[in-house]
Amino acid sequence: MPYTAEKPPPARTSEELRATIPGWGVDLDPRDRPSVPREQPSTHLTGAHWDFPERQPEKWPRERSVEHKFLTPVFGTATPPRGLSGGIRKAAYRYSEGRTAHWLLLVLADRVDAQESHLRSFLTLRPDNPITQTGVLSELRHHPIRSRFGVKRTDLVHQSLDPVVVAGPWVLAGAAVYVVGRRVLRSLRGLMR
Amino acid sequence: MRAMVYRGPYKVRVEDKAPPPIEHPNDAIVRVTLGAICGSDLHLYHGMMPDTRVGMTFGHEFIGVVEQVGSSVQSLKPGDRVMVPFNIFCGTCYFCARGLYSNCHNVNPNATAVGGIYGYSHTCGGYDGGQAELVRVPFADVGPTVIPDWMDDEDAVMLTDACPTGYFGAQLGDIVEGDVVVVFGAGPVGLFAAKSAWLMGAGRVVVIDHLEYRLEKARTFAHAETFNFTEYDDIVVHLKKVTDHLGADVVIDAVGAEADGSFLQHVTTAKLKLQGGSPVALNWAIDSVRKGGTVSVVGAYGPLFSAVKFGDALNKGLTLRMNQCPVKRQWPRLFEHVRNGYLKPRDLVTHRIPLEHIAEGYHIFSSKLDGCIKPLVVPDGY
Ligand SMILES: NC(=O)c1ccc[n+]([C@@H]2O[C@H](COP(=O)([O-])OP(=O)(O)OC[C@H]3O[C@@H](n4cnc5c(N)ncnc54)[C@H](O)[C@@H]3O)[C@@H](O)[C@H]2O)c1
Ligand SMILES: [Zn+2]
Ligand SMILES: [Zn+2]
Repeated sequence: MPYTAEKPPPARTSEELRATIPGWGVDLDPRDRPSVPREQPSTHLTGAHWDFPERQPEKWPRERSVEHKFLTPVFGTATPPRGLSGGIRKAAYRYSEGRTAHWLLLVLADRVDAQESHLRSFLTLRPDNPITQTGVLSELRHHPIRSRFGVKRTDLVHQSLDPVVVAGPWVLAGAAVYVVGRRVLRSLRGLMR
Repeated sequence: MRAMVYRGPYKVRVEDKAPPPIEHPNDAIVRVTLGAICGSDLHLYHGMMPDTRVGMTFGHEFIGVVEQVGSSVQSLKPGDRVMVPFNIFCGTCYFCARGLYSNCHNVNPNATAVGGIYGYSHTCGGYDGGQAELVRVPFADVGPTVIPDWMDDEDAVMLTDACPTGYFGAQLGDIVEGDVVVVFGAGPVGLFAAKSAWLMGAGRVVVIDHLEYRLEKARTFAHAETFNFTEYDDIVVHLKKVTDHLGADVVIDAVGAEADGSFLQHVTTAKLKLQGGSPVALNWAIDSVRKGGTVSVVGAYGPLFSAVKFGDALNKGLTLRMNQCPVKRQWPRLFEHVRNGYLKPRDLVTHRIPLEHIAEGYHIFSSKLDGCIKPLVVPDGY
């Protein structure tokens, strides 16, 4: 009861817990736990044999946070920025991590990247295939009904939106092409008249 | 080599990719023998992490065999069987020198707030990950460890992230003997947190989720009391009732950015990407902990803002503790616990997915089908 001073009695005593739960209390002492204290000198433990690491060669102008003094000595080389999304990414890195613009531009670039890449994939021998790439075929062999119904899970409400996220941009793009196309045709007809 | 590749939200495929080269004298190239999909990968898969580029290979939980080492590598040689912490870290920067391995300053040019993580977007450094046949492992003398002979491969891969992170979550709670500990989320991280809370002397451990099969695991694997939040009008009030209206001493958020329980919060976050994370579980944690208590956050949130109830945290005088787990600092103790049988990481593995079928693995794990708790990824030939 928080309304009086005493602590509610424990449901089970330490002795009972030690007897029933394997390993209960082996790390009882809060000072004798890994990563305690949070900061402690540890360079001698890491296996590093440098004060500052050698620098990895920079093969293209690597985008970096303006909060860094320089390009970090080691960095990932996956997927350099490209296309329109690459341009947006580079623009995003003009803003610090403290600015919302930085993150919102990156989120925008991610969406543009996905659409650009889908379009680009149609020019390759392996166009995107939403059926195999979303893994929905696994439903058949993995109890789609029993996993979802008769249980109280709450995520089904928004799971039903997943196909909208996947197909939505295509539907919107299709609608846009239709609307714009119709306008263009109409004005062309107008011109011919 | 064959590698998982991201193709946009909810879409991945396996492609032939050029094998990763040695880019730095302390790099190693590791041939992956076993990988895994983490709850964190779902945030990428759902397109929630800013600067996740099409073409990237995910995967930050993997073990393998050293294939090739750079000129300055001293502690590993080709043929060594290694386990690799999910953090990439240099060992000597200001933060590494103080043991904050997950906060290394020398490995992530894209962001100063985040360290380096394998296969976890450019915001975490732009490294390709281990859901592939081969992976580049920077700072080979610092991160990886040779897998002890007695250790099972499935235990080893669980020790690269999920198990140490769960243990770390309990540890950040600064649990003292007899504490009432509530864990939100019964995924691998939450289950390990619940189990670890007992090792630290908790007097009572309660796990909250809405997936009944995972709560079942919380009862058997982690000896916890469980509540399904969908069965209660208001889970916070219920938690108050079962703690004598005091609240829990320690609450652990092992849910993170995609928390369910509020349609609005979930959709603005996971579908519309307008928040860094749905704060439902974190807010429940703040509301259900006692005044002066500790909230430990290991669930991951994106860098954008989230609608967190900060005022309540202040008024209650809470201690909020959080970080990415510095995996390698946790290892010596956890190796002991696995050896003594106090922790059995591989007990949480439910699915073993061939790399070629990884798209199905993502779907099963993301849609929580077929009782999935932890899917491992097995490259061809292993
Ligand atoms: N800090 C770190 O170092 C670190 C490392 C690994 C994972 N993580 C993060 O930890 C979190 C959990 O990882 P996981 O692999 O266990 O993921 P998971 O997706 O398997 O588990 C999350 C669980 O939370 C449940 N859940 C959803 N909403 C909830 C709510 N409101 N209340 C209670 N439970 C709720 C889900 O049903 C699910 O069982 C993720 O956010 C992941 O990114 C952090
Ligand atoms: Zn992870
Ligand atoms: Zn460092």
